[in-house]
Amino acid sequence: MLTLREMLVLVKGELLTPGLDLEAGCSKVFASDLMSDVLSFSEPGSTLITGLVNAHVVRTACLVDAMGIIVVQGKRPNAAVVDEAAAKKLPIIATGCSMFEACWRISGNLPDGMR
Amino acid sequence: MNREIVFRQKFEIQGGDFSRGGEVSCEVKNLLKELGLPAPSVRRAAIASYEAEMNVIMYAEHGVLDLSATPLKIRIVIEDSGPGIEDIELAMNEGYSTATPEMRELGFGAGMGLSNIKKNTDELEITSEIGKGTRLTMVVLTERHQP
Repeated sequence: MLTLREMLVLVKGELLTPGLDLEAGCSKVFASDLMSDVLSFSEPGSTLITGLVNAHVVRTACLVDAMGIIVVQGKRPNAAVVDEAAAKKLPIIATGCSMFEACWRISGNLPDGMR
Repeated sequence: MNREIVFRQKFEIQGGDFSRGGEVSCEVKNLLKELGLPAPSVRRAAIASYEAEMNVIMYAEHGVLDLSATPLKIRIVIEDSGPGIEDIELAMNEGYSTATPEMRELGFGAGMGLSNIKKNTDELEITSEIGKGTRLTMVVLTERHQP
């Protein structure tokens, strides 16, 4: 189990939605650029890792009960997308890591079977 | 337990308006949560609603989402005016897609929509008429998730 705050440190990220709760524990991560797959296969309470930065990422994450979003590859969603995430109380972390590296950094710190 | 409809609301969906895609389903989810329905059922209904809403935005001209709920059942009917679905059985197959590059750039169009709607609903009825439109009736039962 990791908190989003611990994930933030692991991926050397920047929190784009200050003030939101990062202390809840999260034991699952779902990494994909395909929102169709997120809708089909992610489990509630997962952290979403993605390279997409449009508003649909926020809406998809919200609908599947994701804990937060980690945006990889140095990409940054625009202010409207960040504002929408903040309004939905969905933290967004931006990192320069690639999706593979972000997954590797986080999964190495999750107990086996919870990756 | 009260089996009468305790909530009903209709929403307009504008075909082609990708920027607002998903907003209606987020509102649907919030309303269902506020009603105090079980979270797993609300999640399933919200996912089915979102997939269907995006189908209206991607393919139809206009749609109406009709949400109703009782303590035991969430019912969402989405009726659109649009091209219709030529072969519903084919469209239900995972991976079958007629999505454009624009849709795929947003992370959609993997051909999972209708099959994912089926997965997340307990009852699903699809009727479609070529050149007129499509009507989806989706039901999620909440009973099995209640303590």
